[in-house]
Amino acid sequence: MPKITMREAISQALMEEMDRDPAVFILGEEVGVWGGTYAVTKGFYDKYGADRVKDTPIAENAILGAAIGAAMVGQRPIAELMTINFAFSAMDYIVNQAAKLRYMFGGQFTLPLVIRAVGGGGRQLGATHSQTPDAIFAHFPGLKVVSPGTPEDAKGLLKSAIRSNDPILFIEHATMYQVRGEVPEGEYLIPIGKSKVQREGSDLTIVTYCKGLELSMKAADELAKEGIQAEIVDLRTLRPLDMEPVLESFKKTNRAIVVEEGWKSYGVGAEVVSRIYEEAFDYVDAPILRVAQKEVPLPYNRTLEQAALPQVPDIIAAAKEVLK
Amino acid sequence: MKKEQLLDLYYQMVLIRRVEERGAELYQAGKIGGFMHLYIGQEAVSTGLIAAREPRDRVITAYRDHGVALNCAISADEVMAELLGKATGMSKGKGGSMHMASVEKNMWGGHAIVGGHLPIAAGLALGDQYAGNDNVTICMFGDGATNIGYFHEGLNLSKVWGLRVLWVCENNQYGMGTSVERASAVDEIRQKAEGYGMKNAAVNGMDVMAVYEAAKEAIAYVRQESQPYFLEVNTYRFRGHSMGDPERYRKAEEVKQWQENDPIGIFNKYLLDHKIATRKALDEIEARVEEEVQKAVEFAETSPEPALEELFTDVYAE
Repeated sequence: MPKITMREAISQALMEEMDRDPAVFILGEEVGVWGGTYAVTKGFYDKYGADRVKDTPIAENAILGAAIGAAMVGQRPIAELMTINFAFSAMDYIVNQAAKLRYMFGGQFTLPLVIRAVGGGGRQLGATHSQTPDAIFAHFPGLKVVSPGTPEDAKGLLKSAIRSNDPILFIEHATMYQVRGEVPEGEYLIPIGKSKVQREGSDLTIVTYCKGLELSMKAADELAKEGIQAEIVDLRTLRPLDMEPVLESFKKTNRAIVVEEGWKSYGVGAEVVSRIYEEAFDYVDAPILRVAQKEVPLPYNRTLEQAALPQVPDIIAAAKEVLK
Repeated sequence: MKKEQLLDLYYQMVLIRRVEERGAELYQAGKIGGFMHLYIGQEAVSTGLIAAREPRDRVITAYRDHGVALNCAISADEVMAELLGKATGMSKGKGGSMHMASVEKNMWGGHAIVGGHLPIAAGLALGDQYAGNDNVTICMFGDGATNIGYFHEGLNLSKVWGLRVLWVCENNQYGMGTSVERASAVDEIRQKAEGYGMKNAAVNGMDVMAVYEAAKEAIAYVRQESQPYFLEVNTYRFRGHSMGDPERYRKAEEVKQWQENDPIGIFNKYLLDHKIATRKALDEIEARVEEEVQKAVEFAETSPEPALEELFTDVYAE
């Protein structure tokens, strides 16, 4: 299997789907002439032209409102938010409009819409540009929230998202575009709403996704050196949340930690842990721990920023703690 | 306009008025819940406007939407059923007063977040532009919506991209209870369109023929030029902002003055003065409306509640 970067995987998914379906187009800030802030759509403007790769004003309400309207009348827009932090400027369109228009009008409207958004800390962008607010969006029924951790998943999930008839928030991580991974040759799709065991192990379960997967894999390598075999379940989709592989793994290991980049309070970990307690209480051998971001706005200073973000040693320590 | 069409406009205006009067009674009786915003006094606006569209032209509006729904030929039965939250409402009872739509009738909602539907309207027009057709999207909103960011982002985008949107500001003088001069930097709302280099006009919204003529011209411009257009329609709501409005922000004399300009009364007189219709013919229309509304109420009251399983349908398409 060829090894490609996350950036290439996402770019390939976009291009393959644009080639496949003329209803698919991209709109967003600097997606066209500039080639995308993270260079994901580099070359697209020349290949597809201004009609299919639309540079927008810096106006998130206009971007998402227009994408929703175009989706309602049968197009398949992919709206890019330069960063997920800008989603707050247009929160209404994500949680109030995209998530509710179908239901509120008795199923009359269909919104085949993808919102791509770049999130995550670690690039010294300061507190307002470094957030991982995934859990907020996953809170809303009507929306689907996908956040892949490998190039293979990114490509297959994005292609599925573009073909889906539901509004999907597709969250990428700002520090992962250079991550390389094997992807299958030729076309493939990965279904939305399916968690996946990314590494097998028998001693404890690490539940994670996106950036947390990268960190957890490294931590698992370290743990393995000490004879601890961690099983890693990658959620991949936060809503709808597929707990089956998580529960299956937990019933085997009886111990778990959840690793996420967002803040611990009210986060993805809180949800996963609750579900484990609700659905597999009899299998619990130790309190389930969460590894997450410190409860502060992310600072600019690199040392402070790294201290606030979850790190490999934090995961290793939590893993050892639940194994005590 | 032919006689039959003129009489049809009269019929539509009376229908809106009677549906809403009955709606208000049913609300008072506790059969309608939530918020309900009556269009009474503003009937000439959507009636004239929507009469000027072709069926392929899209309509999208704010939460004061019963009249728009009826003008778009959504039946009084469905409107009444939705008000009562019944399964036979066009939104299956899941939307209520503020969320009426019919894709079939090219009516894209009733939207209750003030200004939120303006960028969506730009999106409907974007979808048409992308599809390569020359459909026009008619987007209605109140004066209050012109002070929020969505308005400016929507108008700007429509001009930058040459989207076929007819922006229609129904200036009914108040955003809830705050008058235009207390909330807007300019009293004449259409001045805001000037800031976007957008062609614009103002029209008397109590005169259905004036609205129709202005809309006809505006729609032709939008279609031919592939440019947005801004129409300010000056009007007035005779009832409160919503049910249960104490109306402390306006004087009874002001309301009375506007009521003397009742759009239905004006049009009634127009039809008689121009000998387009006899008194008897207009009376017959009113009687027909009474009957239709009575039937709609009966239809809604006897319609089933949505099944409990409906709670979980329509969240997702897949």
